[in-house]
Formats: sequence, structure tokens, C-alpha cells
Amino acid sequence: MNINRFARNKQQPGVDTGRRNFLKVAATGSAGFTLGISLSAGAQAQAQATTASGAVNALEYNAFVSITPENVVRIYIKHLEMGQGVYTGLATCVAEELDADWQQIVCEHAPVDTAKYANLLMGQQGTGGSTAMANSFMQLRRAGAAAKAMLVSAAAQRWQVPIDEIRVNEGVVSHGSHRATFGELAVEASRQTPPATDALVLKTPAQFRLIGSENTLRKDTGKQDGTAIYTQDVQVPGMLTAVVAHAPRFGARVRSFDASAALARRGVRQVFEIDTGIAVVADDYWSATKGRELLQIEWDESSAETRSSDTLLQQYRNLVETEGAIAEQHGNAVDTLASANDKVELVFEFPYLAHAQMEPVNCVARISGNSAELWYGCQSATGDQAAIAQLLGTRPQDVKIHTVFAGGGFGRRANPKADYVLEAVNIARQLPDTPVKLVWSREDDMQGGFYRPAYAHKLSAALDDQGKPLAFQARIAGQSIMAGTSMAAMMVNNGIDNTSVEGLTEFSYEVPERQVELHTTDVGVPVQWWRSVGHTHTAFSKEVFINALARKAGMDPVAYRLSLLTHNPRETAVLKLAAEKAGWGSRELPAGWGRGVAVHTSFGSTVAEIAEVSVQGNNFKVERVVAAIDCGIAVNPSIIRAQVEGAIAYGLSAALQDELTLSEGVVDQSNFHNYQVLRMNAMPVVETHILASTNAPSGVGEPGTPPIAAAVANALADATGNTLTRLPLRLS
Amino acid sequence: MPYTLSINGQQHELDVDGDMPLLWAVRDHLHFTGTKFGCGMAQCGACTLHIDGVATRSCVLPVADAVGKAITTIEGLGSPAAQAVQSAWVELQVPQCGYCQSGQVMSATALLEQNDTPTDADIDAAMSGNICRCGTYPRIKAGIKMAASQIRNAGGAA
Repeated sequence: MNINRFARNKQQPGVDTGRRNFLKVAATGSAGFTLGISLSAGAQAQAQATTASGAVNALEYNAFVSITPENVVRIYIKHLEMGQGVYTGLATCVAEELDADWQQIVCEHAPVDTAKYANLLMGQQGTGGSTAMANSFMQLRRAGAAAKAMLVSAAAQRWQVPIDEIRVNEGVVSHGSHRATFGELAVEASRQTPPATDALVLKTPAQFRLIGSENTLRKDTGKQDGTAIYTQDVQVPGMLTAVVAHAPRFGARVRSFDASAALARRGVRQVFEIDTGIAVVADDYWSATKGRELLQIEWDESSAETRSSDTLLQQYRNLVETEGAIAEQHGNAVDTLASANDKVELVFEFPYLAHAQMEPVNCVARISGNSAELWYGCQSATGDQAAIAQLLGTRPQDVKIHTVFAGGGFGRRANPKADYVLEAVNIARQLPDTPVKLVWSREDDMQGGFYRPAYAHKLSAALDDQGKPLAFQARIAGQSIMAGTSMAAMMVNNGIDNTSVEGLTEFSYEVPERQVELHTTDVGVPVQWWRSVGHTHTAFSKEVFINALARKAGMDPVAYRLSLLTHNPRETAVLKLAAEKAGWGSRELPAGWGRGVAVHTSFGSTVAEIAEVSVQGNNFKVERVVAAIDCGIAVNPSIIRAQVEGAIAYGLSAALQDELTLSEGVVDQSNFHNYQVLRMNAMPVVETHILASTNAPSGVGEPGTPPIAAAVANALADATGNTLTRLPLRLS
Repeated sequence: MPYTLSINGQQHELDVDGDMPLLWAVRDHLHFTGTKFGCGMAQCGACTLHIDGVATRSCVLPVADAVGKAITTIEGLGSPAAQAVQSAWVELQVPQCGYCQSGQVMSATALLEQNDTPTDADIDAAMSGNICRCGTYPRIKAGIKMAASQIRNAGGAA
């Protein structure tokens, strides 16, 4: 996604420090405790202390910071922790300016409260577009600085000393012989007037102690010993488990069903129709699943999508031979191409992809009267809350959402239609006051839609006598991700869904004349963003194409790119760093190996990747990847490296094997035996190098994914001489 | 009918169908939720636990077949190898989303209890049944090597 496009519609970034401070029981913490949701050790001790004494525990300094008399600093995390490290990264920003001791920090997902916790680049509470750090960096530093100012002010009052003589270091406030922990000052400090935003003095990068440190270990703990709680693990007293029988084809509806055998099955409580299928509610998952197998359902497929993916892709290949809607135009590329002596044309193809996150989607819901309470890995807080409220005919504030860790997301948890969330609500509303856990099996998840769309591209260039492009044209055919969603107003302009073309528009290489065209297709297969959204396909065609031009010109692929990036210092620097670290042009490769490069900018960050592959017959293995990233200030280098490694693994999985197909509308794959994903034995060695920067932090979760498939394809071209233009990559 | 299972050294009696996979007995009936559901067909490894010390996919093992065996879930891990694995996981910050990591830790522990000097090929062979969509494979591999070294320095996995 193009975050600048969000930025045009965003509210002014600011800091929420002008609010009245007040004493408050940490409601989400204590609710979590009574529900048996595991808290980190510090939070648990805190919850126990509260439960035992019944006393106030957390003193709220602002929307993001509370400090307890027991010296626990609790930071409210407004973004979903789904592995990308927001608990750690966002807490670091607060702790840095607060000068807290990293050990005294505990994190907790913030409740849904759009006024307090909006994503400042989106204008609503939600996680996506690799914006978590980018939109929070200043806001959370200010929140930490504001809380620190209140602690200092309280200490000055207590000790009767001037404010500017007070020092704060690693959770201790001091002046001369006076010394107090944050906890010792917590009550008095919470009564201080929060400082005005413009009175806050933030650190300079040279003063950072935690930002940029390798020692701020992750705060989303309990993942090595099984105590971390995901939706799948939430237990609410009296809870039942539901599964749903969905139609085999998208768009089909229930015509009739017979539930008698299912209802006779041990453990099955209720069977009823909802708008997405037949729900089976039982005492446990196994009973629900066995009950579902006993259902007799007749489907009405009169409105169902019945086309095969092969048919669709053939149609897309035909479409890219015809003129599409113009997404971007500079000069007259079409005429230049028509009259060109030297021209290159390549057609690319991309399959549907499932997210296949490890935790299949699921959601716990309880509906009581006009109010709803939910527990799940909630990624689109404002959107989900509004959708639930609308479905129930209630107010958003009557919908309480407890956000727990998500077992991966990669886009799937942020469904613009709140699909699985509303399904859970539709089931739970049939059983008032009873908590119901909706669980999708792996098969439900893989065949349940909301895929990265299939696309075809045709890229053309007219070349000068040096082999440099004079004109460039890209034609793209495929479904729109944003059409029909609440984000369409933001992301679809004049019929062009920006996420269909991003990456080929705003072309990074210097080409005088350019045109990007789009054919948006109408298909009944539900589609959705998938880690790095449009860049999943545009970076591939762009970087394979430019590589083909370099090879045709007989030029080194890095040198060729650099010659077209003279106006782009950022991509130049990142490309050079990757090339240097990979030993491009100096490191000798074993016989049968090839080396390929790709560079791409997305979500405000630039990543270059150089892949080395070994080829044997029609088989190949990616042996090594060297990556360089410029993501602005590196708040947590370890997490950045982990995200780049993970983004490469995710993209590599799609480059090597992920492919979802449909036969007459029915999804062919169902589980990991026939939807193959990357396993350890295919994971290359990855080295990640972070470009030193003093710019504001930009995206980290997604930008590592776009270049990898192209880097591997280009390495295969180096090894075999053949340019591959279809994903997943096959040598035969 | 009632079955008695030995889990983490304790006897648990439960009245479920004998064909219920051990995973769901452990999760839904005994509330050991550290063992995860990922695929239901022994393809992803998220449900890995130990049966008599052997890493086993609990999503396809019927409860009836687990009677009389020593079942260890991640909640019951305590061997030196397990402790070495878990401390390496923290030190190297292996987990991302973490959902697969219970299974990864169980597979890694079972490997190191048999082999405290695993090669890259040994690690690939033991761990390729455990999928991680976050792509933590490089850190898992590094974590296993760090744990192996710690076990060797301490004088063995037992």
C-alpha cells in the first residue's frame, strides 16, 4: 500500500497528552486475569496484587503509559502484535523518552478506542501497510516524555528542588541525595498536570539509549514455553465451539439442509443456518467437526463463481494485449513504442495465493442484549467494531474487543469485510449470553477465499542504441483488492485501484516516457491484501524486466540499474550496500550457480536483495540471500533483521511453490500437503544489512518481501540464460 | 468411554471418544493450550508433543492409542535439553508470531535429547516437518546450535 495515499487523508499527527489524567483500574488487565488469559510475569503479579487488595493499581499518565506503585510501567500497544514486533518496538519509543528501565516495562494491547488509538496514517485504529512504527514513533516518544515530565514534576514538589536539576535514569529519579523509583512517585506524579506537547523536549538521536540498541529483548514473551495466548487458546467460562460448513463454490448459498444426524452426534448442541453456511455448535472442536461431517446440505449455486483459474489467466493474458484504463502517463510512451526499432516485451503471470498463516482464522464472541464482547487477534479495530455494531444494530462503544496475539496475519486478519468476525457474531447472537469460539480448520482457511489476486502483466520498452529504455509501458489485469471495501474511497481513484498498480507506477528507474494501464476484472473469488499487497507482483515484473533489459544490453545488472537511478540516491545507496556485502563482481560462485539482484521501494522503505542459486537439471536451490534495507532510524535492529529474513521466507515460498488454483470454481488445494510452503530445508542463509539513517522510521514488516522472487528469477537467468516470467518459478 | 492419560507425569481421566485426536483432548478437555492446532493432518508440526520421548504429531493420534504412554506437552518440559532450547529461543529472539514455536521447541528438544552435535542436515531433517510462516528458520537453526553447545558444555542432555 502507498502510505502517502493514506497520509493525504490522515488527521494531523499529534500527541494525546492534553487529556485529564485520572486514576483507573487497568480494566483489560484484570479482565484478562479473571478469564485466565496469561499475562507476562510482571503484569500477572500486578493483577494479583489488585485482585487481592481490590485497590487501584495502574495510574494512567496518558493513553499509552501507566505506572503502578509496584514500579511496573505498563504500555498500551495500539497495534496488533502478530509477530512483527510491535510490543517491543513501540514500547521502546515510550521507554526511551521515559528513561524507564527496560525490565520494568510490560505491554498490553490497547482497547478499541479510535479517538485515543487511531493509526495516524490511516485515521482509524488498525494495523497494516507497515505503518505501526512510522505512525507511532513521535507519538509514543512524546507520550514517554510527557510521563517523565510528570514524574520529574512530582519529585521537584516532594523534594522542593528545581525541576531542571532533577535527573532520570533507568527508572530512577534523583537529585543530590534524593532518589525515588517511578513506582515510589507514581501516585503523586499521576496528579501532575500533563505537559503541553510543545513544552516537551525529546532526545536527539545521539542521546538514544534503547532506540537502536541490540539489548531491548522482545516483550511479546511466553512464546517459547506455550504460555502466550492466541485466539485459539482463549477460554471463557461456559464457552462452546462452532465450525461452519461453507459452500464449495464462492457465491453459493444454502438451499436446504438436514441436520438430524449431526444433532444426534455426541457433543453437538445446535445446528443452524447463517448467511455464510451452516453452523454447528458443540462442546468442543472435535465434536463440532464430526457433527459437520454428518450434515446433508444442498447448495444453490445459481450465483456462484464457476470459472477455473486457468480460464481466468487466459482471459488476463488476452486483456493485457489490449488497451486498459490509464493509471499513470508521462509523455507518449505508446507512440514511441509503436515506432521503436528495438523493443522488448514480456508477459508475466501470477497465481492466487493463500495467506496460510499458522493460526487459521478464529474468533470468540459473546452477545448479551445490545452489547458484544469479543476476544481475538483484532487487526482492524475501528472497522471490525463498526461492522459488528452495524450487524447488531448497536453502538460501536457497546462492542468490546479484547485483542490477543495473532498467530500470523500477513494481511488475512485485517479483513475489510470483517468476514470471520461477523461470522462469529452471527453464530453467537443465536446463543445469547453464551461465549462461542468460531474455529476454522486449515481446510476452511485455505478454501475460504480472500486471496492475493491472480494477475497478468505485459511490460514493454523501447530501447535506444545503448540498450537504455526510452519508453516503458505496463499493462496489468486482475481483480481489485479495494473495490467494495470501506477503503475504496481512499484507494480507488477514477476506477484505478492503486494497490493493483503500485510499484509499476512511480517507477523508480529513469525512463523519459511511461504509461501504466489497468484492466480490473470482475471475478467472484474473494481477494485481499497479502504481505506487501500490490508490490507482491509489481516488484517481480519490474525487476525481472529491467534485468532482461540489462542482459540484452550486455551490461552488468547492478551497473545497468545504477545508470538508471542517478536521480534516486536512496535506491542507489541500498543497491550498492547489498552488492558490496554480497561480493557482487568479486565473489566467485561455484559452477552451476547463478546470482541475481532486485531492488524495490515500498511502504517508505527500500530493500535490495541479491540471491545466489545452485542449479542441477530442472531443480534449483536458493543458497544465500544478502539483503540491504533503508528503513530510516533502526529502532530495533534485531527485529528489523528478523522481519527481513521472514519477509524473504514468505516471498520465497511464493517464488518457489505457493499456488492456489480453482477448477470450475472449486479451490483445488486444501491443506499443507497440496499447498506447499517453504520449510526449513529450503531456507537459504540470509544476511541483512541495515543502512545507517537519521530519517524517521519507515516500514519494516513488508518491504523485504517484494524483491526476493525477482532476485531468484534473475539468478536463474544468470545460471541458465532463461528469463522466467511466471510464478511460482519452474525451470522446465 | 473414560480413558486415563499420563500427561506431564500426572494421570488424567477423561470421558471422550477414543478416536478424538490427542490434540483436542489435551487442548479442549485438559486446557493445556500450549500445544497448537495448525493443520489437523500431521503436515505442519504445530501440535508436536512427546510420546515416550519421541516428537509426535498429536493432531492425528487417537486418544485410545495414547493410553499407557508418557505424554509430555510443552507445559511439562523440564529436561536440560528443553531448558537449553528455551533459553536459546529467548536469547536469540527466535519467535515472531510464535504460534508454531511450541511445536518447534518440542521438535528441537527431541532432536537434542538424541543428538547433542547435530549437523545442518540433521537439523533440516528433524525440523522440516515444522512449518513457520514467519520464516524464523534461520534463528531456529541458530537456536538449536546454541542449545546444543550449552548441553555439551554442561555434560549432556540427560
